[in-house]
Amino acid sequence: MMTRTFTAVSRVFPPRLRHFSGGEVTKDVSECAASPQITEQASLYVHWPYCLRRCSYCNFNKYISKENNDHIMTQCLQRETETLLRLSQVSCITSVFFGGGTPSLAHPSTFAAILETVSRQVNLSHEAEVTLEVNPTPAGKSRLEDYCRAGVNRFSIGVQSLQDEDLKSLGRDHDSHEALQTIEEARRLCPGRVSVDVMFGRPKQTVESWETELSELLRVCDDHVSLYQLTLERGTQLFKQVECGAVTMPSEDVTAEMYQRARKTLHQHGFQQYEVSNFARHNSVSHHNISYWKGNQYIGVGPGAHGRFVPLGEGGVVREARTQTLEPDVWIREVRQRGHGTRRRLPLGHLELLEEVLVMGMRMTEGINHKHWEMFSPQNGLDEVFGESIVVQELLQSGQLILDDRGLRCSWEGLALLDSILPALLVELERQISPKASRGPL
Amino acid sequence: MSFSMVKRCCGTPLFRRVLQFKMCRRKSQDSNVTYTVFRHRWMKALPVLCSSSRRLSTQSDKDAVDLSKFPVDRIRNFCIIAHIDHGKSTLADRLLEMTGAIAKTEKNKQVLDKLQVERERGITVKAQTASLFYNHEGQQYLLNLIDTPGHVDFSYEVSRSISACQGVLLIVDANQGIQAQTVANFYLAFEAQLTIIPVINKIDLKNADPERVESQIEKVFDIPREECIRISAKLGTNVEKVLQAVVNRIPPPIASTEDPFKALVFDSNFDHYRGVVANIAVFGGRVKKGDKIVSAHLGKAYEVNELGLLRPDEHPTQKLFAGQVGYIIAGMKDVKEAQIGDTLYLQEQPVEALPGFKPAKAMVFAGMYPMDQSEYTGLRSAIERLTLNDSSVTVQRDSSLALGAGWRLGFLGLLHMEVFNQRLEQEYNASVIVTAPTVPYKAVLSSAKLIKEHGSGEITIVNPAQFPDRSVVSEYLEPMVLGTILTPDVYTGKIMTLCLNRRAVQKNMVYIDDQRVMMKYLFPLNEIVVDFYDLLKSLSSGYASFDYENAGYQAADLIKMDILLNGRPVEELTTVVHRERAYSTGKAMCERLKDSIPRQMFEIAIQAAIGSKVIARETIKAYRKNVLAKCYGGDITRKMKLLKKQAEGKKKMRRIGNVEVPKDAFISVLKRKEK
Repeated sequence: MMTRTFTAVSRVFPPRLRHFSGGEVTKDVSECAASPQITEQASLYVHWPYCLRRCSYCNFNKYISKENNDHIMTQCLQRETETLLRLSQVSCITSVFFGGGTPSLAHPSTFAAILETVSRQVNLSHEAEVTLEVNPTPAGKSRLEDYCRAGVNRFSIGVQSLQDEDLKSLGRDHDSHEALQTIEEARRLCPGRVSVDVMFGRPKQTVESWETELSELLRVCDDHVSLYQLTLERGTQLFKQVECGAVTMPSEDVTAEMYQRARKTLHQHGFQQYEVSNFARHNSVSHHNISYWKGNQYIGVGPGAHGRFVPLGEGGVVREARTQTLEPDVWIREVRQRGHGTRRRLPLGHLELLEEVLVMGMRMTEGINHKHWEMFSPQNGLDEVFGESIVVQELLQSGQLILDDRGLRCSWEGLALLDSILPALLVELERQISPKASRGPL
Repeated sequence: MSFSMVKRCCGTPLFRRVLQFKMCRRKSQDSNVTYTVFRHRWMKALPVLCSSSRRLSTQSDKDAVDLSKFPVDRIRNFCIIAHIDHGKSTLADRLLEMTGAIAKTEKNKQVLDKLQVERERGITVKAQTASLFYNHEGQQYLLNLIDTPGHVDFSYEVSRSISACQGVLLIVDANQGIQAQTVANFYLAFEAQLTIIPVINKIDLKNADPERVESQIEKVFDIPREECIRISAKLGTNVEKVLQAVVNRIPPPIASTEDPFKALVFDSNFDHYRGVVANIAVFGGRVKKGDKIVSAHLGKAYEVNELGLLRPDEHPTQKLFAGQVGYIIAGMKDVKEAQIGDTLYLQEQPVEALPGFKPAKAMVFAGMYPMDQSEYTGLRSAIERLTLNDSSVTVQRDSSLALGAGWRLGFLGLLHMEVFNQRLEQEYNASVIVTAPTVPYKAVLSSAKLIKEHGSGEITIVNPAQFPDRSVVSEYLEPMVLGTILTPDVYTGKIMTLCLNRRAVQKNMVYIDDQRVMMKYLFPLNEIVVDFYDLLKSLSSGYASFDYENAGYQAADLIKMDILLNGRPVEELTTVVHRERAYSTGKAMCERLKDSIPRQMFEIAIQAAIGSKVIARETIKAYRKNVLAKCYGGDITRKMKLLKKQAEGKKKMRRIGNVEVPKDAFISVLKRKEK
């Protein structure tokens, strides 16, 4: 998913029945992702590009739409979904994620229409996880029930903060009270399948205020929490404010402390960290996001969406990194003309694919297991690639990294330093895998 | 000289003219004009000159040059010496134009400065030669102009140029007056007993004070003020008088065409296609194409393939005669065959070799290593080719744990080192790691065993890693230099403090006029080798000038200081320091390392130690958190790009123990700076 704003980003829970199907959770749909035919299935990301306003920290691809062209947007999203599904020739969509932008501005019928388009063409299990990013505004809250009826079975709520002052300065269009109400309503509709996003490292925030805020959140939240450190992005209003000294950001030491304390606190509340920024209890993980980290195929639909899949439909044999056209108006024109708005296609070489599998896989606490790696790299096992390296040995000895009979993963300490570890692993991977080696089929 | 040009330039306000001049400089910094391009331009210019040959240039046509028409008494060999920026190259341009060697255009800016680095830095590194035809009182003269480098580091080149001359033009800026290098260059010429023609340049400048400069010259050099020629090389004012003085005052070379052929190799260049091009001064007899000549140094015989004049481009002729200066190509293929200072003679007429040059003494040493070991061979041949054109660089193979195989190179000075490095990068497209500059220390050994081992009681230490322990040494010695500083007297106080901080001892101080002071200091070379000159310039707003000459060795309390990263010594950073300077040097090095080593996953202790005693320490704190918060499907592309870049950067880092050090840290850290 891609151009989603920093709004909502996490998702929760094991997919369950689609709302209209009723019934209870029977099995974890992502199980079928472990099947050897990786090209037969994919997850689907759908991007809704519009926002009501610009958040002061967000530099994402989003548009403040002047006129209502939701109808045209919906039509085009359907059309592109159709085209790309055909191109990928997948038989099964394992999960769907509606991100943005602010997708909770769209009418529920939009999602119903898209899900119907998917179901018409491929197998979309009623149990498949269908997540929607929601801004916790009264308007959003009032539609939650309709979204469920349209087929959404998981909500990811962009709470960001429970401090009204902060929400204001971040440019969010909700207050903490509205956030709490939205969470409550979402939990009523999809119990166990509601995720909340919170942001730390905000201007003026202290370790203590962060801890208080987090405990408050833990009292009301469901079974999934995503924690993001606020990052200063060039070109945002916040960046300018910091530049000119109007706003100061917490130091690196402070944000590091916030992260570590939050990890501990969440752990004490029964949340298991399963990825750098994602925590779940009762196994309410986001299956959609896990499929990114596991290197599974995904189809990106909508302006600026990214995808990774083999275009079997036109005889393709290697996985491609695909990007859709960024500007909604241009994208709409392209979809109407040729059925899709794919702007860039980059075939991934064997090494490049393995690099992505490595970088994404290491974000998970469980890391990359041997079987999983072997699916992408049948010739060179994890031990062969990384076992001999002095640098890796040092990381193992210092306790940052673990390589054992389960596979390769970061330790608790190592995960916080992943971006310092990855370059070393990438250097090793490149050394071991000749770029000239035959490309994998994926 | 063109009258209209003078008029036009005089009409331009001074400020603008200065600006114009500056801009031309700057422009040449940006351009990547290479030596070859210029060569072509000259070639094209030549025929034009021939057709319009005027009073001053009668003999331009290639085949028409009959050098036998120039007996010794119609030849003058001279060079121009000056402090940097006093207008040496501009005067050379004018002389070339006036004698028709090059077309008179606005573009003639430092024509003799062929190297990109020369144009960029506004300095002359490599001496160039140009033969000029000049008509004086109805007689045709052959004037050989040998351009000289203008920086302290290159005084060796100056002395080589001087050996081929009978006279010099000593240029002094009418505004700045005598500078340190004017003094140094004067003594080089004076000791070689050359005729010295003082030329006061830039009289067109608003602040020009030729009177004052004349009295300085009288006072410092004991040359009567009447002998000074006031000129503006830029405008061409009185340049004709300079040419007349060259003919009238400089004696012709003492050489006879009747003697056997005998020539001095005073410079050499390497040409990819033709091999070695040697610049020679013919001291006797004659030489022609096809002659069999012998190098006195190697005793090897060669056949002359081509010879001729340099105008300043190569201009082939049939013969070269006694007293003349030109180039010769004789199938020399190897660097070592063209020894500068060598004597050439005819195979059938052996002669006694001319006194050669003492090899240039390297005073600054630095390690050079390829960025990547796979570039070793390429770098080796680049260094070989460059040292052919710059024989003053000494080359010694070296290897380092961190940097792999490389060389320890000896340079005349720090600018020389920088220029060499820049030429290596620009002309041979080679990127190198340069380690700390050091000076050659000596140790007087006390242990009989070691003396026997080394074959002498005194050893020279070029590499700090080989610094012998105090216990086996009765005395350490460090190289000294006698520095000359010329400055407006308002800066004297600051300069004296600076010199004192550099362990210098004042030897002398004279007012050369009512505002300018000449000071002489005895410095440990080590103290001035890195940044002394920059500091001197900045604290005197650019007005003070500095030059030095070697002044032997003196006993010094030297110690070896190690730099440790997490307890591991970094061989490249080992330094020999004076005990008094150990703490400040060590502290500064630690601080700079702290700034140039990126944070890592663990704490890094940076220590300066003498033996087992740590004298300074800095700490780089470990990263506590370094991971991107969000990474979903749409983030992968951007994230991968970032990580791949980091991975590439990682490959370029050097590992010292578990610490990764960016390569350029070695260079940046070792540049000594005072706060």
